[in-house]
Amino acid sequence: MRRSRAAAILAGLAVAVAACGNAPTTTEPTASGSAPAGGDKTLEGVTLEVAAKWTGAEQKNFEQVLKAFTDKTGAKVTYASTGEDTGAYLGPRIQGGNPPDVAILPQPGLVQQYADQDALKPLNDAVIKEIDTNYTPYWKELGSADDQVYGVLIKAAHKSLVWYRSQAFEDAGVQAPTNWDELVKASQTVADSGTPPFSFCGASGWTLTDLFENVYLSTAGPENYDKLSKHEIPWTDPTVATALEKIQQIVSKEEFLVDGVSGTMQTDFPSCVSKVYGTKKAAMVIEADFVAVEADQAGAKVGEDAKYFPFPKVGDTAPVVLGGDIAVAMKDSPGAMALLQFLASKEGGEVWAKLPGYLSPNKNVSPDNYPDELTKQLGQTIVSAGDAVRYDMSDLAPSAFGGTDGKGEWKVLQDFLRKPSDVKGAQEALEAEAEKAWK
Amino acid sequence: MTERLDGPQDPPADTAGGPSTGPAETPQRKRRLGPSPAVAIAFLLPAALLLGIWVIYPIAYSLFRSLFDATGNGFVGLGNYTTIFTDAGTLTTIRNNLIWVVVAPIVVTTIGLIFAVLTERIRWATAFKLIVFMPMAVSLMAAGVIFRLVYEESPDKGLANAVLTTVHDTFSSSQGYPEARPRGGEESPVAEQGGAVVTKQPAQAGQPVLVPIVGVKPELMPGDAQPARTPTGGDGLQGTVWFDFTPGGGGTNNAVDGAEKGLPGMTVEAVRDGQVAATATTAEDGSFAFEGLPAGSYVVRLPASNFEAAYGGLSWLGPTLITPAIIGAFVWVWAGFAMVLIAAGLAAIPRDALEAARIDGASEWQVFRKITVPLLSPVLLVVFVTMIINTLKVFDLVFIIAPASVQPQANVVALEMWRVSFGGGNNQGLGSALAIFLLILVLPFMIMNIRRFRREDT
Repeated sequence: MRRSRAAAILAGLAVAVAACGNAPTTTEPTASGSAPAGGDKTLEGVTLEVAAKWTGAEQKNFEQVLKAFTDKTGAKVTYASTGEDTGAYLGPRIQGGNPPDVAILPQPGLVQQYADQDALKPLNDAVIKEIDTNYTPYWKELGSADDQVYGVLIKAAHKSLVWYRSQAFEDAGVQAPTNWDELVKASQTVADSGTPPFSFCGASGWTLTDLFENVYLSTAGPENYDKLSKHEIPWTDPTVATALEKIQQIVSKEEFLVDGVSGTMQTDFPSCVSKVYGTKKAAMVIEADFVAVEADQAGAKVGEDAKYFPFPKVGDTAPVVLGGDIAVAMKDSPGAMALLQFLASKEGGEVWAKLPGYLSPNKNVSPDNYPDELTKQLGQTIVSAGDAVRYDMSDLAPSAFGGTDGKGEWKVLQDFLRKPSDVKGAQEALEAEAEKAWK
Repeated sequence: MTERLDGPQDPPADTAGGPSTGPAETPQRKRRLGPSPAVAIAFLLPAALLLGIWVIYPIAYSLFRSLFDATGNGFVGLGNYTTIFTDAGTLTTIRNNLIWVVVAPIVVTTIGLIFAVLTERIRWATAFKLIVFMPMAVSLMAAGVIFRLVYEESPDKGLANAVLTTVHDTFSSSQGYPEARPRGGEESPVAEQGGAVVTKQPAQAGQPVLVPIVGVKPELMPGDAQPARTPTGGDGLQGTVWFDFTPGGGGTNNAVDGAEKGLPGMTVEAVRDGQVAATATTAEDGSFAFEGLPAGSYVVRLPASNFEAAYGGLSWLGPTLITPAIIGAFVWVWAGFAMVLIAAGLAAIPRDALEAARIDGASEWQVFRKITVPLLSPVLLVVFVTMIINTLKVFDLVFIIAPASVQPQANVVALEMWRVSFGGGNNQGLGSALAIFLLILVLPFMIMNIRRFRREDT
């Protein structure tokens, strides 16, 4: 869950970097201004508790959104930070019969898990109507378990990006590649120039799953992606072999990896980013939009020194993989439903979009609301990809498979990076882990 | 004083209150010494209650919970315990715990003993002990963070590798072009062979030899390198070793282009039938020529010494060394504790026994082995057993020092217990089973310690 921390810093940093440094101050008048206009403080006297993983700047931004809700409805909302491991925070509270009114889950996999534990309350019709207007059906389904809608995706992370150091590309004389073969060729040229092309975050398993998901979505297409996400086709399927073979092309050459395999396996996120932008040892790092934060911290100027290109097409589909946070109700109170409705609405999304470090999956929140150019472009790709967008597969899986250090997919992909020649062994190991997790 | 005197005279007053003591007043053969059972129970109750809530109930509930599956609804009997002994990951944790239990307590006790014996004899003993004891003041988590940095792979960051590379480089230092390699592909005139670069075709005098090299790190490019000279035949066997890469792209592969630079200082060998016939070194423009070489065909070879990478130390945090590395951190923390306990035991040893041995002509080593260690053995045992218990429950050091990618290799039972219960799997059934397993492992040592204390009391 390092993602959350990274994103938290992203928020803080974007304030500094973005042209719109005064974004937070500009929003506050909007928020308080809407209060008298709204008028119908129907929830006066109601108190709600919201639990989410965000801290620091990200928490402050979210609290501004909550404030807009308070101004509109009169309900008091308190924020509780769950820390990095949301499951470990919520689990005991659910067992103790004292869950927060609304929880924001970092993985859709948790929706199913908590639904099975009867810890979630189905959304009421007003919220579902809001979701139908603002989201594509895929997102609605993501927040559902057993044909019941429980959650709404309120915040997205764009995971189909490759970040590069423009100096390294210039030195080697290569252009941002547009397909996989070009990427492999460009990598070879960069390696020949004396700079190892890739900095992988081998110690952070989730970055490897992101890489796999992009390649798989592109080679196998969205339909197979959905099937594999639900484990409807086994991991021993030939489509998985194809994807792993493609990945093999960039990870099996020692000269492609900065500090070799052993160094790569000890590099976590964000150290892998600083190997590109801080110590300038490598040329590219494959990760999501929040790399911008770390790149900035490493002293690179985002947009000039630190650039990105969309994850190149490996097969027929241009991959767009998103991560994101899902809000669910854990108590059946009118306040909780009203808050979810607000978060799912265009109005709530736009309050948030004006703050730095936020991407909205809501199709009616115009990218024009974002405070800086980079986020605007990212927002545009999400809107234009429409129905082909997919959610991070490992986050859809039971977390024993797709979300635990040293277990499941994370571990197998790390082993694969250590020994990329063994595609078949990796597939069998993945299938064995998947069978344990999905049983 | 009066109170004390009052004490024994009190019983009549006391009995007035309790009906249970009524019978006690009637003449009986034996009169109980001390308070009645009811009073005893009343006094024991608070402690028993707290123990019940905080110790007995959790153990009983864990035992109960360990018989159920992840959701807590399905009864699985001993299924979770079977999983412990069949799952490969869990078996690794048991193996690691075994290594810990065998190695760590012995090392800690030995080092503590050595320090304690040695500090007895030095002048600044207190200062020394203070320093060795200091890590105890650091929390295990902070110690973990410190050692994560110590074991960092890059010698620029990690102390352990910085020491290793410094020592290594004093004896032999790397030179040449580490990580550089011949240009690959079919058209390339050279290929790699066991770390060296050799020409694919035998070379002859009059034919210039081209050795295109790629992947030279910019910072390793010598400042005096000149643009590579295009080799032109000429007398004798000669050629060019150059960096076959045009900055900014462009240029033809395997051919010397305008801006490409020669690689000076490369050792080049002319090899015939496996024998080195002549050796040359490249000039600033990368050219080389063999003087006075008999005519014939040779294989031109750039020996591996040209490409030897600098010694980078050990992969402390890699899959093989991770457990020893973490045990090292554990020893650092606990050695001081062992030393202080043993030093206290040492101070209590009767001097006359030592002196008697010395007068009888025992050497210092004999005194240490035959007198000091046997007399110290109770203390050593206490330290040893405490360390065993500590190693069995080790958690934070492993959690923090091992990078996520080697956590499966470094995993121990206590960490696995937490991970399966809360770290994603949320399988508290299996977690409880692991907890009970750990309890069973610790129990014998606990009992041993308690028995020791009891014996010492009596």
